[in-house]
Amino acid sequence: MAALYGRVIALVFAIGLFLAGGFGAKAETYDEALTKFTADSFADTDEAIGGAARSGNPLAVQVIEALQDGRLLFSTAEKKVYIRDEAGTLLDAANGSPIAGSEPSDLQPVRINNRLRRSIDAALGGLTLLAPDPGRRFEAANAVFKSKDANALPTLEAAIAKETDPAVKTALIEARAAVVLFGPNADEADKLDAVAVIRERGNQEALALLSSLPPDTPAPVMRAARDAVTSIQNQLAIWGALQNAWYGLSLGSVLLLAAIGLAITFGVMGVINMAHGEMVMLGAYTTYVVQEVIRAKNPALFGYSLAIALPLAFAVAGLVGILIEQGIIRFLYGRPLETLLATWGLSLILQQAVRTAFGPTNKDVGTPSWMSGAFDVGQITITYNRLWIIVFTLLVFVGLLALLRFTRFGLEMRAVTQNRAMAASMGIRTSRIDALTFGLGSGIAGLAGVALSQIDNVSPNLGQGYIIDSFMVVVFGGVGNLWGTLVGAFTLGIANKFLEPYAGAVLGKIAILVLIILFIQKRPRGLFALRGRAAEA
Amino acid sequence: MISGLVFRALDRGAIAFLATLAAVAVLVPLLNLALPPTSPFYLSSYFVALFGKYLSYALLALAIDLIWGYCGILSLGHGAFFALGGYAMGMYLMRQIGTRGVYAHPSLPDFMVFLNWPELPVYWYGFQHFAYAAFMVVFVPGLLAFVFGWFAFRSRVTGVYLSIITQALTFALMLSFFRNNFGFGGNNGLTDFKDILGFNVQAPATRAALFVISALALMLGFVISRVVVSSKFGKVLVAIRDAEARTRFLGYRVEAYKLLVFTLSACMAGVAGALYVPQVGIINPSEFSPANSIEAVIWVAVGGRGTLTGAVLGAVLVNYGKTYFTSGVLAPYWLFVLGGLFVAVTLLLPRGIVGTIHHWSHEIRARRELNGGDASPMPQAAPRPAE
Repeated sequence: MAALYGRVIALVFAIGLFLAGGFGAKAETYDEALTKFTADSFADTDEAIGGAARSGNPLAVQVIEALQDGRLLFSTAEKKVYIRDEAGTLLDAANGSPIAGSEPSDLQPVRINNRLRRSIDAALGGLTLLAPDPGRRFEAANAVFKSKDANALPTLEAAIAKETDPAVKTALIEARAAVVLFGPNADEADKLDAVAVIRERGNQEALALLSSLPPDTPAPVMRAARDAVTSIQNQLAIWGALQNAWYGLSLGSVLLLAAIGLAITFGVMGVINMAHGEMVMLGAYTTYVVQEVIRAKNPALFGYSLAIALPLAFAVAGLVGILIEQGIIRFLYGRPLETLLATWGLSLILQQAVRTAFGPTNKDVGTPSWMSGAFDVGQITITYNRLWIIVFTLLVFVGLLALLRFTRFGLEMRAVTQNRAMAASMGIRTSRIDALTFGLGSGIAGLAGVALSQIDNVSPNLGQGYIIDSFMVVVFGGVGNLWGTLVGAFTLGIANKFLEPYAGAVLGKIAILVLIILFIQKRPRGLFALRGRAAEA
Repeated sequence: MISGLVFRALDRGAIAFLATLAAVAVLVPLLNLALPPTSPFYLSSYFVALFGKYLSYALLALAIDLIWGYCGILSLGHGAFFALGGYAMGMYLMRQIGTRGVYAHPSLPDFMVFLNWPELPVYWYGFQHFAYAAFMVVFVPGLLAFVFGWFAFRSRVTGVYLSIITQALTFALMLSFFRNNFGFGGNNGLTDFKDILGFNVQAPATRAALFVISALALMLGFVISRVVVSSKFGKVLVAIRDAEARTRFLGYRVEAYKLLVFTLSACMAGVAGALYVPQVGIINPSEFSPANSIEAVIWVAVGGRGTLTGAVLGAVLVNYGKTYFTSGVLAPYWLFVLGGLFVAVTLLLPRGIVGTIHHWSHEIRARRELNGGDASPMPQAAPRPAE
């Protein structure tokens, strides 16, 4: 009860202080503060900042902001301080009006150092707590949360009383809690309340604050803080795991997109296409060309550039795939190792061709506005481009499943996968199915290229970075089964991201590779192996 | 017994091949050291080091041909064994630098001083002795191949699956060796060598000696491979290549045969790497890159898989072509040539150069044996696996 009473007194006092701001009684100290700016010593400037902030003069914000940006000038001869505003006009800091006549000749900026920058942030935090814009108030509250400046307490109380925006109000209350915890004068009950408030906040900043309480904090408060730290750490661990899971899903969707085409060509034809990564690259370059054309001809369409690029990338990569099948792979059936070598050679040629045509440097592929930006869910940040890629991947996956399940082509494809000879004797033109399957696999790689152009560098080596990972997905998931590829991709993606924090990105990747090599020993045909005759074909 | 084995293993072609190699091993150093630089027959030290490098590549190609040509194991990670042998040799050469490094530290190589390593890691111990390093050159790749092969062959990982996981193996090693805290010089690898066995690495006489040693190692590797493939053991390898399941059903322990030849091949690749490093003067993690291993496979394919001599010929030809292309105005087109080579050889020349020549000579002999009667070609059984 006593705490509440104290708070009400403080509030009344603060409002009084606020209302008094700008009136004669305080004007003197504001002028005194201004004079200190002209001393050209860091210590005096520090005092001047505090003085100006405490003065309550409405010009104080402007003066301190000017100081922050190096626009606060002083004249030693006149012992006066001026503000150069954004437009370049010189204002008298004492009354905020433009100066009459010519500028003083010995103007120089008030110098600041890092310690002063902290004072400035704290002072501005306190001052802008009452700004009309809620965004600025929120920032100010966070600044006070970090600075824990006891001088801001009265203003904080005033701001809390006035605040209507719930998010800002929470931030303000948390800021007050921080100040109370670090202030020497508050009593134990207040501090315990404050710990509870900060525990609610539950992020890294709260953790840092609670673990660095001043040594003279009473023991019960310390205990409460330790409890809060443990609880926050647990919470953060859960959020961290969720964040990793999200990154893993994102990586998994990229892997799935890159590997799924490979999985169908390998599943149906038993052909390892080492040039698969280059199909992805072709898709990415198609996106680049589409965007260049749009930029040149009709910039208004830029938002649709990816939608336009998708069918084109599918067509380009699919056509190249059919050409490869007709020109090379068709002659090498039954010789998988030779196919592997020939397609590797092809990948070298395609890379070099793109390098010759577009140059070896990375190409800039733009991101439409609906794909840029991010939003927060609890403590995790979700970027729109990753989200869209996951959605897109799932759409492609579902589309492919539907194609295999419900169309004539899908039926024939499955028949050829299961038993080529039998399918041929039932009248299915297996060579045509092979060509179309290869085109489909390559086309999907082209689609993957459109998606990857949003998150990776578009260069001739783009495909190389994904080919080994894609193979791992296919080998891990097993061939001839799209679900295997799905499970394989997401397992590898999530495992990779969970290993990274412990082992680092590179060691995590090595660990994954070693695990897969070991896994292959156990299940040589992958997670979802075909059984029966087809397995040995 | 052994001399009998060797005698039986070397047919006329093999002896001609060995004689050619011996002639090269004598002539090249002679033309480099005995002639004045003004002579039209003089070979520069650059040339000697270059061809020494080709010879070490040829040994790698031989190792690949032994497993791919005769046992059907397509390893896309043989560069890993090559590089491991190279690193073992590089570690010896690093320790020989001693106090002549930039930081003049008595035991730590420069890069370790630079990265603030307090002392030499345990796995670097002993590499100042040549004998130990030479043992490691063979032992480390052999051990890795043994462990890897033991897992892979026992689980019957075959065909493209095996190719892909060997590729993953070398990729994982590349990533590891790129790391600074792995203790192998990270990105820069090991370089700036001074001495080998007390001789200056850069001196023309040392280079000539290294060339001769490379040629001798290649001859030795060739004889070993010939002995292996012409023995009963080799016949079983070919049987595994052509019909693995049938061989297993006949009672042969397929995985043991594969494991043995795979390990032998890895040891040969390690020696090749060890010969490569002092002649090139550097070893870095890019030697582990999967692309290098696949390139080595194409040397064998160009020369002719399953011929041994073809592997050597292919390695020298392709690498000479690479030097020729990448050192002139045609440099940007080398990848077109290399890629085209992969496609053309698999499509048009599946037997490779030497394989095609063998095939023709057999055909001509077969026609002669028909007493010149019917001139039409014999019906050929397609060389398909029986399964």
